[in-house]
Amino acid sequence: MRVALLVTHIRAEEKLILTAFNNRDISPDIILDRELNFNISAGPQQLAPSGSAWREYDLVFERCVSTSRGMYALAILNSWGLRTFNTYETAAICGDKLRTSIALTLHGVPQPHTRVAFTPESAMQAIDLVEYPAVLKPVTGSWGRLLARVHNRDSAEAILEHRQTLGDYNHHIYYVQEYVDKPGRDIRAFVVGNRTIAAIYRESNHWITNTARGGQATNCPVTESINKICLRAADAVGGGILAIDLLEDAGGNFVVNEINHTMEFRNSSKPTGVDIAQEVIDFVIGEVGVVA
Amino acid sequence: MTNDTPLCPECDAGVDIPADAMENELLSCPECGIELEIMRLDPLELELAPEVEEDWGE
Repeated sequence: MRVALLVTHIRAEEKLILTAFNNRDISPDIILDRELNFNISAGPQQLAPSGSAWREYDLVFERCVSTSRGMYALAILNSWGLRTFNTYETAAICGDKLRTSIALTLHGVPQPHTRVAFTPESAMQAIDLVEYPAVLKPVTGSWGRLLARVHNRDSAEAILEHRQTLGDYNHHIYYVQEYVDKPGRDIRAFVVGNRTIAAIYRESNHWITNTARGGQATNCPVTESINKICLRAADAVGGGILAIDLLEDAGGNFVVNEINHTMEFRNSSKPTGVDIAQEVIDFVIGEVGVVA
Repeated sequence: MTNDTPLCPECDAGVDIPADAMENELLSCPECGIELEIMRLDPLELELAPEVEEDWGE
């Protein structure tokens, strides 16, 4: 099997993925997204930066830290009929919080009360309707960046004015969610195909619990209810290899906060005892093998 | 640190390279903490890693 690993650069996760491929006697070609230069209409017979034609790859595994580069590369590769993980469609939904919310709604998956507005004035109305405290998020972005918990109208007005004045057009899409008063933690669950292979609690004194922001990872048993909501969420965005972030509300019910399509997991294998990289790679090898 | 230890392009501190290091791997300078990228293994060449962009993430 010939595999291309598409990356922005090599992080701990990519090294783990390469090791997992090597464990199955597969040596992926590493392709840097900075070196991509596609002729859109020339098809997969054109050469990849590796020197091989794209059509020679049975699988392109996308692990770009740059969401836009990864997403558009997938769009092109899928348009040529190349097999990728994840697909462009899944990446495009997960890379956009608004599109994720729409997909979850269409599939009846619980999520925080969410509203969207396009001007500061209508955004203020949206925040009033969600009620305080509310959370303002950019529709794209990751690692907990530029999230704002808004406690009152004064702070809402200030944040909206800053976003309207200093942000580009992406920041003029006002995505507003209710603040879920979670118990000092959220849950990140890892879905591979139709299985929730592991989950961690991300505990933090800060309301933003991302491990990129210092949240501490401990094992979270994958209960039937966690598995059920995660598989439904994964199905809603097209499935694949996904990290589902769950919040527990005051009643102990789960809501889906967001879904990541190029998940980080370096801090999650140890507490869970699950070799996440190997689970992922064995899944993709199996999937590609079925099709071949 | 040996004479072959590469230096951080930001602060000139010696940066130990892991035995299993790869080209285009990221690592942090132990002195100043800045993120570096291994551009070449032989001969070893370090550069400052690209600045995090707004769309970077998971």
